[in-house]
Amino acid sequence: MSDTHAQTVAFVRETQIPPAPPPATETGVIKWVRENLFSSWVNSILTILSIYFIVRGVIAVYPWFANGVWGTSDLATCRQILDGATGACFSVLQDRWRQMIFGIAYPDDQYWRPLLAFALLLVCVAPVLFSKLPRKLLILSALYPFLAYWLIWGGTIMIPIMVMVGFVAGYYAFTWAERASGFAAGLASFVVTASVVWFIGGLISGAMPGFIALQEVPSRDMGGFMLNMILGTICVSLSLPLGIVLALGRQSSMPIIKGICVVFIEFIRGVPLITLLFVANVVLAYFFPPGTNLDLILRVIIMITMFSAAYIAEVIRGGLAALPKGQYEAGDSLGLNYSQSMRLIILPQALKISIPGIVNVAVGLFKDTTLVSVISMFDLVGVLRGPILSSTAWTGIYWEAFGFAALLFFVVCYGISQYSQWLERQLRTDHR
Amino acid sequence: MAELQTNMDVDTSQMKVSDEVAIDIQSMNKWYGAFHVLRDIDLTVYRGERIVICGPSGSGKSTLIRCINALEEHQAGSITVDGTLLSSDLKNIDTIRSEVGMCFQHFNLFPHLTILENCTLAPIWVRKTPKKEAEEVAMHFLEKVKIPDQANKYPGQLSGGQQQRVAIARSLCMKPRIMLFDEPTSALDPEMIKEVLDTMIELAEEGMTMLCVTHEMGFARQVANRVIFMDAGQIVEQNEPEEFFMNPKSDRTKLFLSQILGH
Repeated sequence: MSDTHAQTVAFVRETQIPPAPPPATETGVIKWVRENLFSSWVNSILTILSIYFIVRGVIAVYPWFANGVWGTSDLATCRQILDGATGACFSVLQDRWRQMIFGIAYPDDQYWRPLLAFALLLVCVAPVLFSKLPRKLLILSALYPFLAYWLIWGGTIMIPIMVMVGFVAGYYAFTWAERASGFAAGLASFVVTASVVWFIGGLISGAMPGFIALQEVPSRDMGGFMLNMILGTICVSLSLPLGIVLALGRQSSMPIIKGICVVFIEFIRGVPLITLLFVANVVLAYFFPPGTNLDLILRVIIMITMFSAAYIAEVIRGGLAALPKGQYEAGDSLGLNYSQSMRLIILPQALKISIPGIVNVAVGLFKDTTLVSVISMFDLVGVLRGPILSSTAWTGIYWEAFGFAALLFFVVCYGISQYSQWLERQLRTDHR
Repeated sequence: MAELQTNMDVDTSQMKVSDEVAIDIQSMNKWYGAFHVLRDIDLTVYRGERIVICGPSGSGKSTLIRCINALEEHQAGSITVDGTLLSSDLKNIDTIRSEVGMCFQHFNLFPHLTILENCTLAPIWVRKTPKKEAEEVAMHFLEKVKIPDQANKYPGQLSGGQQQRVAIARSLCMKPRIMLFDEPTSALDPEMIKEVLDTMIELAEEGMTMLCVTHEMGFARQVANRVIFMDAGQIVEQNEPEEFFMNPKSDRTKLFLSQILGH
C-alpha cells in the first residue's frame, strides 16, 4: 500500500486548542436585530407590516386615553365635555371605585380592615411562597386565616381564637391517637376533640360578644373585587391540599377509597360550575335541618373548592404518573413508609411537574369567582352589571368599567403566572 | 477465557462465611397473572456470602432478589430474612427493608435532593438519627465511595458511575446487614463499570453479605463464593465460581457460558 499517505491518516493531537471568544459580529444588538427581525425577506416584510399595525393601533387608542375625562359625576356631563371627540370617561372609576373594590354595602369607615387584611396577606403568604425565608415565619401564615376572618367579618376576636384553639387541640389529639392506634383513630379523635372545643368555644364567645370586637359585617355585605379576592384566596389554598388527597386516593390500592375519589372527581368535573353555584344558592338549603342557615359565602366556597380540587387532582395525577416506578421502589427499599415516601420523595417531584397545570387551574379558578354574580352576589362583575351600569348616572359605560375590571384581574393573574415560572426555575435541579 | 482474567486485587482476608443464616428461601413460587416466573426456589444464604446470580434475561433473577425485600410479592413458600418472616404484615416488611440495602440498574436517586440529602433521608426519617449525626455518617460513606466533594450537587450533575456509587452509599447509610444489587453496572459505560465494581469489591472485602444480579463474570469469579445460574424461573445450577466456570454441569449452563464468554 504505497499510496497511503501516512501523514494524513495517522494523527496524534499533542496540544489542546484553547477556547476562543466568538467573532465580534456574532454578539450585540445588531446581531439580535438581524437574526430576529430581518433574517430573510419574508421576515423583513412581516416586521415592517407589524410595525405599521402597531403604530396604527397606538394612534387609534391614544386619544381615548389622552382625552380621558375625570371628575364628572355622570356619563351625560362627561359626554358634554368630550363634545363628540374620542375619549374615555374615567370619572366612573373616580365616582364608583369604592363599590368596585369593596362592594355596595361594606361600611365606608371600615375600609381599612379589608385593606389591612390584604396587606397582611402579602406578608403572611410570603413564607409559603419563598422557601428561603426562615421557616419559623410559617407560624404567621398559619395565624393569618383567623386574623383575616376577624378583620374582614368583625365581631369578637374570641370566635377565631376558639376556632384556632379547636384546630390546635384536635392536632394534638390526632398525633397522640395516631401514635397509639393508627391513622383512622387519629382522625376520629381530631374530629371529636375539635368539635368539643368548638362547642365550648361557641358558648364562651357567645357570652362575651363585646370582647375586643370590631363592627360586625354580615356576609351579604361583602362585594366588589374584595369578594373575588376572598373567594380566590380561600378556594385556591383549600383546593390544593384537597386535590392532592384526591389524587393520592385515586391511586390507592384500597378499592373503597379509590372508588370514592374516582366518583367524586368524575362527577364534579362533569358538571358546570354554574350549576354547582345554583345548587349552593338554592338546593343546598334543603339538605340541612330547617333553621340552620349556612352562610352563602361559605356555601359558595365549598362548591368552588370542590370544583377546582377535582381539576387539580387530575393535574397532580398526571404528575404522579410521570414519575418513574424506580422512585417508588427506591423509597420502599430504604424502608420509608407510605406517608414518608409520598411526602419526601413522590409529591415534591410530582408537584414540581404539575406546577404549570396547577397554576392554570388556580388562575382559572380566580377568574371563575366572577360567576357568583349570576347567583346575585355583588362581586366586581356583579357590581358593574348591577348598581353601576343600571344606575341612571352611568348606564352605557362599558369600556372604562370592564377595562378596569380586566386590568385588576390581569394584574393578579399575571403575578401568579410570573411567580410560578420563577418557582419552576428555582426547582430545576437537573442541569445547573 | 480471557474475560475472566481481569486484574482486580481482591483482599480475601475479611471474607468469611459464617454458619449464621442471613436469608432462607424455601420452595418459593411467584406468578405474574398466569405466568409462573419463579418456580420452587430454595436458597439459603449464610452471613458473609457473596452470591452472584446470572442467567438469560427473563429468567427471573431480578424478580428473585426483589422478592427478598418485598418489592415483589411471592405467592407461595417462605422467605425469612435475618430471622424475620416476610409476610403481608407491613411491620415485618419495613423491618426487613431497613436491614436490606438495594442498588438498582438505573440508580433511582432522588433527583430533587442533593447527594447528601439523598444519603441522609432514610436515616433521619426511618432510623430517627439526628440530622448532624446522619450527615457525618453520610460523609463517611461518600468518602468511602470516593465522591465526598460532590455532596452538595444534585444527582443530575453526576456521571452514571458516580450516581451508582452514591446509590451504594445511600444504602450503606442505613447500615444494612445484607446488600442486594440488581444489575448495578448494566446501564453504565465500560469506563464507569470499573469504578462501581471497585466499590462493590471493597464492600465484599469488609465482609458484607451480598447478592448480585450481574453479567460481570470477572467480578463473579474473583469476588463471589457462589455463582447461581437461573433459567426459566428456576435455579439450574449453583457452584463455587472456579468449578462453575471451568466445569459447568448442565447443558443449559454450558450454552449460556459459551454465549457470554465466547466472543
